[in-house]
Amino acid sequence: MAKVVFTPNIQRHVVCPQAEAAGGSVREVLDNAFASHPQVRSYVLDEQAALRRHMTIFVDGRAIRDRVRLSDPVTTSSTVYVFQALSGG
Amino acid sequence: MNDTILVSTRKGLFWVGRKNGSWDIEQVDFLGDNVSLTLTDPISGRHFVALDHGHFGVKMHRSTATGWEEIAAPAYPPKPEGLEENDMWGRPLAWSTARIWALQAGGADEPGVIWCGTLPGGLFRSTNHGDSWELIRPLWDHPKRKQWMGGGADLPGIHSILVDPHNSKRVWIAVSTGGIWFTEDSGASWTQRGEGMRAEYVPPELTHDPIAQDVHCLAQCLAVPHRMWVQHHNGIFVSSDEGKTFSEITDVEPSTFGFPVVVHPRDPDTAWFVPEIKDEKRIPRDGRLVVTRTRDGGKSFDTLTEGLPQRHAYDVVYRHALALNATGDRLAFGSTTGGLWVSEDQGDQWSNVTSTLPPIYAVRFV
Repeated sequence: MAKVVFTPNIQRHVVCPQAEAAGGSVREVLDNAFASHPQVRSYVLDEQAALRRHMTIFVDGRAIRDRVRLSDPVTTSSTVYVFQALSGG
Repeated sequence: MNDTILVSTRKGLFWVGRKNGSWDIEQVDFLGDNVSLTLTDPISGRHFVALDHGHFGVKMHRSTATGWEEIAAPAYPPKPEGLEENDMWGRPLAWSTARIWALQAGGADEPGVIWCGTLPGGLFRSTNHGDSWELIRPLWDHPKRKQWMGGGADLPGIHSILVDPHNSKRVWIAVSTGGIWFTEDSGASWTQRGEGMRAEYVPPELTHDPIAQDVHCLAQCLAVPHRMWVQHHNGIFVSSDEGKTFSEITDVEPSTFGFPVVVHPRDPDTAWFVPEIKDEKRIPRDGRLVVTRTRDGGKSFDTLTEGLPQRHAYDVVYRHALALNATGDRLAFGSTTGGLWVSEDQGDQWSNVTSTLPPIYAVRFV
């Protein structure tokens, strides 16, 4: 399973510990990670299930390309980092 | 009564209380967070707080017996596949709550009802104290809604919501920019209101088009609800027929530009404004912070200065940052430079509570 790490800045608002989650894409991995902490979803994704404008996700050190469908591939050894983008101030 | 004021700021929610005749900060919640607006439901007594976490989106919290709980924030439904809807800049319009800009409890016969106005223009309603929200589709799907434009923000937004005190199904909203809209069936159908307002920022053929109007704030006299007052981008307007038609009030010193307006709950001729040099500058004239008050329906205005800074004051007072209490005697307002003032005599004299708060977005009496 992939490892999912959330930026410490979210922790001030909602509990979202580091998680192990299954899935072959960013979408699948996040859906599985949110299953145990559903309140985190709206902090990372908007109503249309796209990545929030000033959030960013790295898979194994690379920023994902598909911010809408979250289709970037993830392997069982991947680490998915959910960060806030500096563009948001 | 109304011995507590909730002050929403860029960096927290401040509780200001009255003790022994003076006002002071008594408590701070959500310190460090962007608090955009509050509502105290007069029926349940519960407080609602809208937060804008920036990166992490817009959130809503509700008071409990011991503190706060996060509840659902108004959320847009999925944008239909293939639907092409762009904002005024030609970019795809995100069906996503960008800001909570209006919160209003339903009528006295509607416990649990909360109305919520948002950017990019969706009006939401909860019937269960905010446990869940429903987008008012007849307004969102109204073909003219797509003509709304941003005013000050990139996206249009609903900032004023009025519920008829005699019939809770009748609701008015005001949009920046999109004018005034009215429903008499709890949101099932909508009509444009607001003939007579004037917009200088559009071509001449659109000047008097009700949908082109940048209403900054819409207020209603509770005892005489057909009387409405508007602080508009281009001046002050008053209506005596429930917002169907407006007359312009001109020649008010130091200016008719500003953001907020409040109306006395029983006297429809008494209203207060906080004037600024008009749109290109948006600062108090000559560095003198003043409040203007009419007691005769706009024929004349008092310029209220006692207790307000009259030298090098550049405070801007946003549309939700001027408040009037339930009896119409106490006023409070907060500014972008963190000043907070209270008056207990309808504005004749003001006392400064603090000048060091973060930028103030909203002020509400509890």
